[in-house]
Amino acid sequence: MRSRLRLPDAFAVALAGTRARRLRSALSALGIAIAVAAVVAVLGIAESAKADLVDELGENGNLLTVASGQSINGREVPLPVTAEAMIARIPPVRTVAAVATVAAVPVRRSSAIPKAQTGGTNVLAATTTLPRTVSARMLLGRYLDARADRYPVTVLGYEAARIMGIGSLGASTQVLLGDQYFTVVGVLAPVAIAPEMDVAALISFAQAEQRFGRTGGPSRIYLRADPEQVAAVASVLTATTVPGAEEDVQVRRPSDLLVARIAAKGAFVGLFLGLGGVALLIAGVGIANIMVISVLERRSEIGLRRALGARRSHLAVQFLLESTMLAAAGGLLGLALGVAATAVVARLSGNPLAIPPEGLAAGLAAALLIGALAGAYPAIRAARLSPVEALRAL
Amino acid sequence: MTAAALELSGVHKVYRHPVPVTALTGVDLVVGAGEAVAVTGASGAGKSTLLSILGTLERPTSGTVRVAGTDTSALSDARLSAVRSGSLGFVFQRFFLLEHLSVLDNVATGLLYRGVPAAARRERAAEALRQVGLTGRIGHRAGQLSGGERQRVAIARAIVGRPAVLLADEPTGSLDSATGAGIVDLLAALAGPLSGRADPGAPTTVVLITHDTAVAAAMRRQVRLHDGRIVEDTGSPS
Repeated sequence: MRSRLRLPDAFAVALAGTRARRLRSALSALGIAIAVAAVVAVLGIAESAKADLVDELGENGNLLTVASGQSINGREVPLPVTAEAMIARIPPVRTVAAVATVAAVPVRRSSAIPKAQTGGTNVLAATTTLPRTVSARMLLGRYLDARADRYPVTVLGYEAARIMGIGSLGASTQVLLGDQYFTVVGVLAPVAIAPEMDVAALISFAQAEQRFGRTGGPSRIYLRADPEQVAAVASVLTATTVPGAEEDVQVRRPSDLLVARIAAKGAFVGLFLGLGGVALLIAGVGIANIMVISVLERRSEIGLRRALGARRSHLAVQFLLESTMLAAAGGLLGLALGVAATAVVARLSGNPLAIPPEGLAAGLAAALLIGALAGAYPAIRAARLSPVEALRAL
Repeated sequence: MTAAALELSGVHKVYRHPVPVTALTGVDLVVGAGEAVAVTGASGAGKSTLLSILGTLERPTSGTVRVAGTDTSALSDARLSAVRSGSLGFVFQRFFLLEHLSVLDNVATGLLYRGVPAAARRERAAEALRQVGLTGRIGHRAGQLSGGERQRVAIARAIVGRPAVLLADEPTGSLDSATGAGIVDLLAALAGPLSGRADPGAPTTVVLITHDTAVAAAMRRQVRLHDGRIVEDTGSPS
């Protein structure tokens, strides 16, 4: 005959042990909970902040730009007038839009503002396909349409409208481009993939030529290609745009910028995770401390159990399970707190809620590991206690 | 005479720490199955050491100990645990009840390390409580009981596994004399083949340690220790 402790009984004994000292158990579990919550919140908040950009990246990975280069004397060489049409003929290209810088035209709210005080807003001539190509949404009003070729109307970028204090549009909402009033027909929402739109006042190519004498080709072309063939399209863009003068143009993939911003968001995660790990260790030391005290206080219980036929290993398992249960309870509470904190922060900063599931699993696993480590030494002490000494203890 | 429940031969026990102390010197003792034995002696005579060695809680420095026919000297710690869970029941002066558990669960703990499922443990615990006359206290917490009741719970816990040997270490030491007398009568009644056991062929042996000669008188056989030796033994009934 052997002495044995059934598995459900082992759990029941450990649970009864932790429940017999509620406050103490709750406080040691709370330490673990706070540490796990910190780890989960760090991962979750970083992930949520990234999720916004990653969504953007997913939508915009197939956006390419072709910009005019600068000649040796620093002057901008416009792209050929035919460039937009040529690019549109590349088969995987879905949409194309062109913009041209209208240089040296200050943008002001009214004539009462000095010309020098432009607030950094530029005038850009743009084609009607621009919002579709760069996935820009309208915040207010509508975008430039065919009528914009004949009338002085403009669409403002998000920042430009904010700087000039334009929060709503009426028939008489006008801004001054150079010395001429243009009616504001729309305001764009922020365009993360093409931030130069945010500080622009967009007008039609026809108006740019008619009112500011701007002629020649565009200075930048935006295009969207079939996502499967982005690289192939990029490789032929320069030759298509300016045959024979490839060094005059720059082909870019704006999503590279988003990738860099995503990397920057993750830069401090490692540090904060390290701090969370330290908090977990401290909580683990707290549990170990409580368990050592518990073994000392419960010597007579240990002696009794040995007299009833418990093996050393049964006592070790009992104390190990108790500390692991405390840590597990703390871990679960910590997960809940961490998710709640992430949800609050994501809500406040307008990001989608994104918590990596492996982060949750890792948080719980770390808590269990810490609990088991913290319980190991007290469990060994409980197992090694001689039954006679344990029973003599007062 | 029936087969021996406990058999000590040439048992010496020397404690080395903090200073060498000889607790038992050449103790030979045979306790037959179903006997009721009181071990008496002055403080320091070696009574508690004898009980620890009989209960396999401690190993002798030399000599052999047989419990229910099994030589325990060569057994591993795990095997000794099995002997305790299978053949021995303990009653202590300080009861050692688990305060956070109910009376029923305290008694059921007596079967915990035999691997008996929880429902069966409780059933047998209720029966053991009936045997010690505590049926009405089943749902109470251990902390709500009087001293005498607590010791009855401890006795029920010791007999719930129907051990071959019941060892009681000063079971009346924390009780007033009237309550103590009731406990001793209960222990004496548990000895022998007529204690309500299912199989009368394996009777319960009771060994009680006390410094109180009035308590010892309730047992049929008395063994007196002095300075680690048996100096008086009324002998097994033959």
